[in-house]
Formats: sequence, C-alpha cells, structure tokens
Amino acid sequence: MLATLEGSVTAAVLALTAVGLSLVFGVMRVVNIAHGEFFMLGAVIAYVLTRAISGHPAVGFAVALVVAPVLVGVLAVVADMTILKRLDYDPERTIVATIGLLYIIQQLTLMSYGPDARPVEAPFNTRLALPWFEWGENGLAMYWPWGLSTTSYKLAVIGAAVVLLCGIWAMMARTRIGLVMRATQADRDMAQAFGIPVEKVYAMVFGIGAGLAAMAAVLIVPIQQAHYLMGADPLLLSFIVVIIGGLGSLPGTVVAAILIGLSDGIISVFFSPTLAKILATLLVGLVLVFRPQGLFGTRGV
Amino acid sequence: MSGAGRIWGLHLGLIAVLFALQFLLPAYHHGNLARIMVLASYAVGYNILFGYTGLLSLGHALFFAAGMYGMGLGIQHGGLSPAPALVLGIGAGAVVSLALGLLALRTSGVAFMIVTLMFAQAGYLTILYFGEYTRGDEGFVIQSAQRVLWGIDLSEPSNRYFAALVLFAACLLLSLWLIRRPFGRTLIAIRENEERVRMLGYDTQAHKLGAMVISGTISAAAGAFYGLLFGYAGASFGAVPHSILPLLYVLLGGAGTILGPFMGALFMFYLIDLSSGVTTAHMLIAGVALVLLTLFAPQGIMGELRRRAFGWLP
Repeated sequence: MLATLEGSVTAAVLALTAVGLSLVFGVMRVVNIAHGEFFMLGAVIAYVLTRAISGHPAVGFAVALVVAPVLVGVLAVVADMTILKRLDYDPERTIVATIGLLYIIQQLTLMSYGPDARPVEAPFNTRLALPWFEWGENGLAMYWPWGLSTTSYKLAVIGAAVVLLCGIWAMMARTRIGLVMRATQADRDMAQAFGIPVEKVYAMVFGIGAGLAAMAAVLIVPIQQAHYLMGADPLLLSFIVVIIGGLGSLPGTVVAAILIGLSDGIISVFFSPTLAKILATLLVGLVLVFRPQGLFGTRGV
Repeated sequence: MSGAGRIWGLHLGLIAVLFALQFLLPAYHHGNLARIMVLASYAVGYNILFGYTGLLSLGHALFFAAGMYGMGLGIQHGGLSPAPALVLGIGAGAVVSLALGLLALRTSGVAFMIVTLMFAQAGYLTILYFGEYTRGDEGFVIQSAQRVLWGIDLSEPSNRYFAALVLFAACLLLSLWLIRRPFGRTLIAIRENEERVRMLGYDTQAHKLGAMVISGTISAAAGAFYGLLFGYAGASFGAVPHSILPLLYVLLGGAGTILGPFMGALFMFYLIDLSSGVTTAHMLIAGVALVLLTLFAPQGIMGELRRRAFGWLP
C-alpha cells in the first residue's frame, strides 16, 4: 500500500513533466534535451522563494507554486524566440542547441546556487490545497482533509497533478488555444495559411511545456531536495514515458507515466537502482528501434 | 594531380609541424598538445559518421569507453602487456560499434540520436554497476610500470607526445584516404541524399554500418590510447558530456572537413583551459559554444574557410 502510494506520487509528478515534454514534441517536433533543467530550475526557484518569504511556510510555497512555473515558462519563451526560432525548428539542430541550453542552465545554477542539495519545507497541513484553486478551472477538484498527516502532502501532490492534467486536457480539447495548437500540430503550413501565428503558438507551447516541468518540480521538492543536477533523472524518465507512450500522444504519455511510476517503486525493490536504470535505458532504446510509434501511439518519429 | 598533391602536402605538412613542435614547446603546452591530438583522433572518428555520413550520434562516449576499458581492464585484471591490451580495446570498440550499428541504424534522424544516447547511457551505467572491477566514478590508475610498450615508457612526456602524434597521424591519413575512395564518396552522397543513392543501386545500409564501425573503432583507439598515455580510466569518459565533446569539436572545427576535428579540439581545449582561470563551471563555455555554433556558424572554422577561399579543402 505504501509502495503504491509512493509510486503514485512518482507517477503524478512524472506525468506532469512528461506531458510537458510530449506537448513540445507533439506540436513543435522539437526534442527538448533541456527539459530536465527546466524541472531543476522550478525546484531551485521554489527554494529561493520559500527562503525569501517569511511567515508560514505555506505562504512561500503557494507563491512558489505560481511564480516558479511562470518564471521558467517566460525563460523558455525567451529561449524559443532567441534560439529555436532562428534554427527554423530543424529537429537535429534544435537538439544540439538544447544540449547547449542544458549546460548553460545547469552551470549557471551551479555558479549562483551552489553544489548543495537544499530542502524545502513541506506544507503538511491539508489546508494548503488552496494554491490549486488557481488552476481549478474545471471545478471538479475536491480535496478532503486526510487523517494521515504524514501522507497528506503526498496525497495533495497526486490530487494537484490530476487537476492539472485534466486542465491540460480541457485546454487542448475544449478551448480555442487548444484548437490552434492541434491545428499547428496537424499541419504547420496549412495552419499558417489560415492565419494562425505559428511562431507565437510555438513559443507558447514551449513555455507551457517548461512551465509544467517547473510545476512538477515545485510539487516534488518538499519530498526530494533542490539540487543543480536533479534534472537528469526526470529527463531520462520523461523520455522513457514519452517514447513508450508514443511520441506526441498525450493520453499515451499519461498512461505510460502511471505504468512507469508505479512499477518504478516495485522494480527498485527487486533490483539495485543502477541496474533498474540500465534496464530502463535499454528498454527505451529497444522500443525506439523496434516499435518507433511507441506502445500506444500510432505515429512514427 | 596537383590537386591531390596539394591536399596530401597540406596534411603531411601539419603532421610535420606537429612533429617539430615537440622540440619547441614549453612543458605545459607540450602536455596539452599530446592530449589534444588524442582527443582530435576521437573527433576524427566522430567526424566520419557525423560530418561525412550525416548521422548525428549522441553516444560516441560508449566507443571511447569501450576502447579505454577494454585496454585498461585487460592490463589491470587480465595481466596483459600494453600491445595486446590496445588490440583488445580497439577490438572491443569494433564489436560494440557493430552491435550498436546493427540496432541503431534501423532508425534515422531524431530517433537515431536518442537511441545512441540511450545505449551510451546504458553503457555508462554498466561501468558504474560493475564498480568492483571498474572502480566506477573514481576510476583506476594504470601504473607507469604497466605502460611500457615495446620497451618504450609511455609515461615519459616526449614518448607520450610521439605516441599521440602517431595515433593522430594514422587517424588523419586514414580518414583522408577513406573519403577519397569510392566508399567515402558514397558516404558523402548518403549524407546529401540517401534516397537517391539507394535508387542508384547502392546498399546504403551496409555503407552506413561500415561508417559506424570505422568511426567507432577510431574512437575506441583514441580511448585506448588516452587510457594508456595518461594512465587513467574513469567512468566519466563514458558519460553523456563526453559524447557531446566530439560533436562540439567537429561543429567548431567544421563538420565534413578533414582538418576540422583537430582545429575544433585545439580551439575548444584552449578556450576551456583559459576560462578555467575565471570559473570552474567550464561546461558553461561548452554550452554557450554549442548554441552560438548552431545559430551562427553551422559550417565551423574549416567549413567557412572552404566556403570563402579554399574550395579544394577535403
């Protein structure tokens, strides 16, 4: 039971991160190697904000939950407009550029924030579900105070992720912005011909993708710690999830995230973490070689 | 014929200059240049796949590490002398690149990049997993007593420089010879338009696999020499940043040029060397260089030279 709960927390955070990556790949056809660094930035900004804001830890955390994704999103939009746009979104050159971006973000964080892992205090009180009202646009979110105070925060994380994912789904399926994104994904030139500002859509998608990673990081940072190298594991896991779920398919991504997140806890009971990672990376490679459309997707790379 | 003469003259001239430099350089730069030549050999191997065949691999550290550990473990645990250990390392690189080629070449484009990245990462983690033998991140030192090849002590600086030069010259001339042969010409044709080459009746898959094995084997040779000359094997040589390194060298020097890898390695090495006085976060330089190169100079140094003035550069 406890392992399942831990797995669900991993799955929830992983789903958010991976949906960000999947969205960027699906709409823009850009493989964002720097995605893990956006995740890391979210955690680090959360640490800085909770330190800077005095008073109840919940206040700082609530602010971080809103501000960190926005800041990271803005940074991603700037990166998109200054770098990716000028490369004309060529798949191979953008990979090289985002690798460069990865090093730049990582090393700048090392230089300013330092090499230490630092904790963020968790708002264990369930009343801290408040911040998510910002995102509760479909009104389906209901939280109840849970008696188990040690797990209340983790349950809140799962709840928040579910709300966010529903929000993303609603945005893609129901709103005009989602329609424009899907149109751009389906046929970039045709979308442009119909007067859709494709470049603005791309910038927005890149920002939202990065913002989702940052949001996931803020949610997980009271459980883990903020560290300048923490982006590597989410990046690898997101890749696994996105590839197994089928590149660019959002439902597949979520299903795969739940599968991987839940099995991660169980696998690490039987194997050492290193061996688990070896098997996972080999799995991704082999899936790409033999089933490039993913286990759920329908479209190839 | 004068074209061919000019080309061979240029490259043999570079090797002669490098040979002469060892008597002129102060000790510090002497050591640096030996290291640059080994790293440039690694980049030469990378360039064959990326620059000439147009396949962007993000996993060449796997081959480098295969060479380094094939050699290092052979000496450390197999009790081999350097010569068979080098052969073992290079052979390991050939086998690994053949295996990865058979798998990864079933994909193309972005999928190829991710597949190579994933297998290299798996290789890196395998090195960590068998930490009992490889000593993981810490690595192990190959004692100078174990580094005597045919009576030549390779831990001695001038011998080391000469061995690095021999390796570099061999790789450089091999790649020059290769791309002037029909096989190399076909590789370039595949880079330009694979569909058309296939339609003309060439077996593009076999050519790509050949390029992968040659490229991987040269990289493994560089890895094996690196371990032998500098007496150290560590897991960081198999990690992702070390796969990015030759990409960086080749992009800076000029992809698809024979001298590009060397120029890239030379400039990038000294750029990082100079910057290390200012900051320890030297990968920042690499990141900025990657972004700027993809943005403004996708041709690199030698590519720009070829485009502007020297159209005959191979």
